[in-house]
Amino acid sequence: MSMTQQAAPAVDTPPAPGPKQSDGRTRQRPMALRLLARPEVGVFLGAVAVLVFFLFAAPPVRDGSSMANILYQSSTIGIMALPVALLMIGGEFDLSAGVAVVTSALTASMLSYQLTMNVWVGVIVALLVSLAIGAFNGWLLVKTGLPSFLVTLGTFLILQGVNLAVTKLVTGNVATDDISDMDGFSQAQKLFASTFTVGGVNVKITVVWWLVFAALATWVLLRTKYGNWIFAVGGNKHSARAVGVPVTFTKISLFMLVGFGAWFVGMHQLFSFNTVQSGEGVGQELIYIAAAVIGGCLLTGGYGSAIGPVFGAFMFGMVQQGIVYAGWNPDWFKAFLGVMLLGAVLINLWVQRTATRR
Amino acid sequence: MDRSSHPRSRRIAPVVAVAAAAALTLAGCSSSSGGKKSEEGAANASAGKATTPRMTVALVTHQAPGDTFWDTVRKGAEAAAAKDNIKLVYSADPNAGNQANLVQNAIDQKVDGIAVTLAKPDALKGVIGKAEKAGIPVVGLNSGLSDWKKLNLLEFFGQDESVAGEAFGKKLNEVGAKKVLCVMQEQGNVGLTQRCDGVAKTFEGKVDPQNVNGTDMPSVKSTITAKLKQDPSIDYVVTLGAPFALTAVQSVSDAGSKAKVATFDLNKDLIKAIKNDSIQFAVDQQPYLQGYLAVDGLWLYKNNGNYSGGGEQPVLTGPAFVDKSNVDKIGEFAAKGTR
Repeated sequence: MSMTQQAAPAVDTPPAPGPKQSDGRTRQRPMALRLLARPEVGVFLGAVAVLVFFLFAAPPVRDGSSMANILYQSSTIGIMALPVALLMIGGEFDLSAGVAVVTSALTASMLSYQLTMNVWVGVIVALLVSLAIGAFNGWLLVKTGLPSFLVTLGTFLILQGVNLAVTKLVTGNVATDDISDMDGFSQAQKLFASTFTVGGVNVKITVVWWLVFAALATWVLLRTKYGNWIFAVGGNKHSARAVGVPVTFTKISLFMLVGFGAWFVGMHQLFSFNTVQSGEGVGQELIYIAAAVIGGCLLTGGYGSAIGPVFGAFMFGMVQQGIVYAGWNPDWFKAFLGVMLLGAVLINLWVQRTATRR
Repeated sequence: MDRSSHPRSRRIAPVVAVAAAAALTLAGCSSSSGGKKSEEGAANASAGKATTPRMTVALVTHQAPGDTFWDTVRKGAEAAAAKDNIKLVYSADPNAGNQANLVQNAIDQKVDGIAVTLAKPDALKGVIGKAEKAGIPVVGLNSGLSDWKKLNLLEFFGQDESVAGEAFGKKLNEVGAKKVLCVMQEQGNVGLTQRCDGVAKTFEGKVDPQNVNGTDMPSVKSTITAKLKQDPSIDYVVTLGAPFALTAVQSVSDAGSKAKVATFDLNKDLIKAIKNDSIQFAVDQQPYLQGYLAVDGLWLYKNNGNYSGGGEQPVLTGPAFVDKSNVDKIGEFAAKGTR
């Protein structure tokens, strides 16, 4: 992937302005070690290791359509892991991200159905609702100074309850009605949930969106002022504020970005399954966070990349489906998943330690 | 890119634009097909109303939030309560300890009867004893077929999951299935395991169980696709909940497999799928009936001293098969969310 090269400069340079690195330390270290010290390299090696492992352990993985399936699974995690990673680099995280996906899908579906509107109306209102949830998280965090754990745990519980109660109140059931025969559905489905063929293999459009968003996020992080602000507020928000970084704006907009991601994945789920169950999404937030952490973002903020979580999400999809392709005893499913992921994180950690040790 | 302009106003501008666009579409853009308008005004089943004295019944289940199945149980219970002049208090928690607390809560409220599911009978043993000591009749429903007598419940309404699984297995023999994938949406759930085991008991071919992450549909879809790729000899996919059956249909087509899909439990989208042949059949334990009979059973006991099943045998509500032959009739009821 060419984005690795794109991601190469500047990631490990501290974003804080001030003296340039002229003490000579970085210059003395060999190129290979400097490369290894980047946040995405450890996870890249981990992902390659997992891929190679399953290419041997599970013969069906070698098939193109299997790889498309693995990439599809990775993309639904990956699209959310990207804004979650940016937020984490900005020093916060969001526990409400999993149920927010379902909130968005429920909003779009119920609004269109109950008012018998073109589904695009629902889609747009759902976007506004998702951005508003993000803005609320960010605003409450900035205004109160509470840790993001508490703020987003609160939103997580609120959304979980609202998803269920409102759906029940509006539809009389706990799942939404089928909207697949409504105006605008097929258009929206093309955008959010279509399939195209490459060399005889059916690829889901989410894979393309995932890579487009990753490229965009990488560019923003490395080439724009906003990207610098993200690193700055995640590193030390007081010194960031002192040098003129708009901390409040950056934090709130990062939460809204997570809202955007939740909307996009929510729309994918709605337009690929036609109905939404209100109890879904719980637990997914941890998978997004895990993909970002495996991708080299620190839980403490100020460090990470956008390309790392792409490999993090890929690793998740690879392991989860690889176990099935290998035909292993399904009772061990989650244990396998946990072991593989811990292994990947440890490789990641070891690579970084080795690379940064002098 | 101008990096020094005011980020706040830049942020607001698109939001305003989108809001305006939304307002415009709201004003002019309604769907000409589907939607609420096409839904027929279907009333719930209702009978006359009893004139017996008002009583209160607590229904305490192990429902996880947002599950369509339990919604139907609750609707049945509400229909019976409305008919019998009963105030129904519904509460639920998938955690057995919390469910026991909810039963205790009902005892404290001095209700006239308790209907309870016994997904984890041992955890509820103590609190059910307390209810009996307080003179409150308790009936069981849905899960706990093997334990309701040990706990001295009045009566029990439900489906034997193993019996349902066995009936399912026989049906698979009839339709000529050779190798079956049994998709479990919740790892370690006793009832789901009994279903797959029941299928394996009577089915003459091979049954492969497969766990999936039930709270994440894209993941369910990918996992079933992966399994069908890994083992192309699978010719029937069996799911243990209606929404997963509909997803499995997509997986089958993604995997380019010829496997057919059949499922436990029903919902209204599933009816459509049975009509257009994308799903072969569903076994229905009639959750509406479980909720209805449990509440009605308590009313009969209080007002006429009746025991359903004579207090000796459970009252079975399933397995009832829904396939192309009877789907039209049942479809009418499923559209209302009561089947």
